[in-house]
Amino acid sequence: MPQAPTPNGPSRLPAWSGDVTRVPYWVYRDKDLAKTEQMRLFEGPVWSFLCLESEIAEPGDWRATVVGEMPVVVARDTDGSIAAFENRCAHRGALICLDNAGKGAKDFLCVYHAWRYDLRGNLRSVAFRHGVNGQGGMPKDFSLEGHGPRKFRTSTTCGLVFGTFHDETPDLETYIGADVLGHFKRILDGKKIEIIGRYVEVLPNNWKMYAENVRDSYHASLLHMFFATFKINRLSQGGGLTISPNGGCSVSTSLAPMDSNDKTYNDIRSVDDDYKLEDTNLLDVVDEHNDLIRQQIVTIYPNFVVQKTQNAMAMRYYTPNGIDRTNLEWIYFGYADDTLEMRQRRLRHLNLGGPAGFVSMEDGCIGGFVERGIATALDESSIVEMGGSGTVSETTRATEAAVRGFWVLWRKMVGV
Amino acid sequence: MMLLRLAELNAAYAQAIDTDQLESWPDFFVEDCLYKITSADNHKAGYAAGIVYADTGAMLRDRVNALRTANIYERQSYRHIIGLPVIGTDQMSAETPFMVARIMRDGKTALFATGVYLDKLRETNGKLRFVQRIVVCDSSYFDTLLAIPL
Repeated sequence: MPQAPTPNGPSRLPAWSGDVTRVPYWVYRDKDLAKTEQMRLFEGPVWSFLCLESEIAEPGDWRATVVGEMPVVVARDTDGSIAAFENRCAHRGALICLDNAGKGAKDFLCVYHAWRYDLRGNLRSVAFRHGVNGQGGMPKDFSLEGHGPRKFRTSTTCGLVFGTFHDETPDLETYIGADVLGHFKRILDGKKIEIIGRYVEVLPNNWKMYAENVRDSYHASLLHMFFATFKINRLSQGGGLTISPNGGCSVSTSLAPMDSNDKTYNDIRSVDDDYKLEDTNLLDVVDEHNDLIRQQIVTIYPNFVVQKTQNAMAMRYYTPNGIDRTNLEWIYFGYADDTLEMRQRRLRHLNLGGPAGFVSMEDGCIGGFVERGIATALDESSIVEMGGSGTVSETTRATEAAVRGFWVLWRKMVGV
Repeated sequence: MMLLRLAELNAAYAQAIDTDQLESWPDFFVEDCLYKITSADNHKAGYAAGIVYADTGAMLRDRVNALRTANIYERQSYRHIIGLPVIGTDQMSAETPFMVARIMRDGKTALFATGVYLDKLRETNGKLRFVQRIVVCDSSYFDTLLAIPL
């Protein structure tokens, strides 16, 4: 069992006594806390992204993923329903599925001792259960029903599959909140979506630094020169920040620039009016939803993002890889009914995102700069006070309200 | 002989990147080129999106300009080791394996990427250039970020 949680922080370090406008640096570095986080948060009352419905379209299709650091299988059962379970044989704990995905499975067989599971993860048979030549075998009272990997409750919205371990997790759409869900649905647009690329960026930082980064509407136009210079996302453009009632899910929205003479960013590093692109196709935007929105970053607590920047669309699923690494999976997608021209535009605009993105590469390294900066400062805190101390929706993005919202829910679940 | 000409081209390509002469990197391509960095899994699945996708020479020059003036990343350099090409029957396409080590400013040297270049070539005025260079990395995992082109 993981160690008991440390409600006031590791004993050698100061307690997190104040509110979420100060975040102590030990939350990114404490190994015992990471175990508690797995148990209370990832296996707690949250909805974790599992896969796209289209990836497991037919009965017997399955995918392997992780929830926190737990290996998980998600599969389409013979009746068309979706099941998800821990990828761990009940017998000796080996992985049941050894690849990233498969099609047409009738059942799952552990390679170690041939224990067999159905598509829902129920243990169906044990090799030599009744022994060989009348000898050996499992005790007569061994029950198949009483053993098996832990199972998730699953739910879907907009063609995406989510899972939770906890009985008390509210239904998925309540959890996301109506306002955030509305923006989520705008991006997915009721359309059949098609994966067009899939990459993993291994970040040199604790996963929570990235959870903060995707909620941090304050940094976008300051760190990222492409956002500010090309007016994709400046805080002076219209838009706002939407936060779910639980604080954990959010949407940062940036509207098309209206003021061609915006002086707000004069003397800010990230704006260079002399900086030009030779190929302006990168900025050739089609307003697909007729709403002037140039960028939307939708976060679903704890570790999932759906986003649209200009005409590029992506999902991001980031999971802990040890305490000081994060696996950030990028899933690029388009609509199945894209014209060739629109698909080509998406491919070009995707140069903004991903491990080599003109914008996103900077988020790839920034967490590492923090990790190294705080190396000997675990008893110090960061300041999360832009826009005050609130955690509710705002019409400005010059605020860290969504970062605070993340921490409010994190503290409640982890018990710190 | 094509093998020697390609080996020479790849040697010059690697030298340009590894010695930080990135401004000359777009000159290895024709204007109506396709340069894409993808991975074996993405390539096999037929996924069109790369982590870098440039289908004009201007996009290659924009990439270099962004690295020079816009993007934030730590100082780093590459060492390319490019293997011998397998030349296609049309003599103007090739598959060439590569390994790239990345050297960070703090001195850490690590194997950053391995893979194969899927090339199509065109000769103009006696000079060979890439019409297409699809960089198929063996792994879909990239450490921290990819700034300098492969």
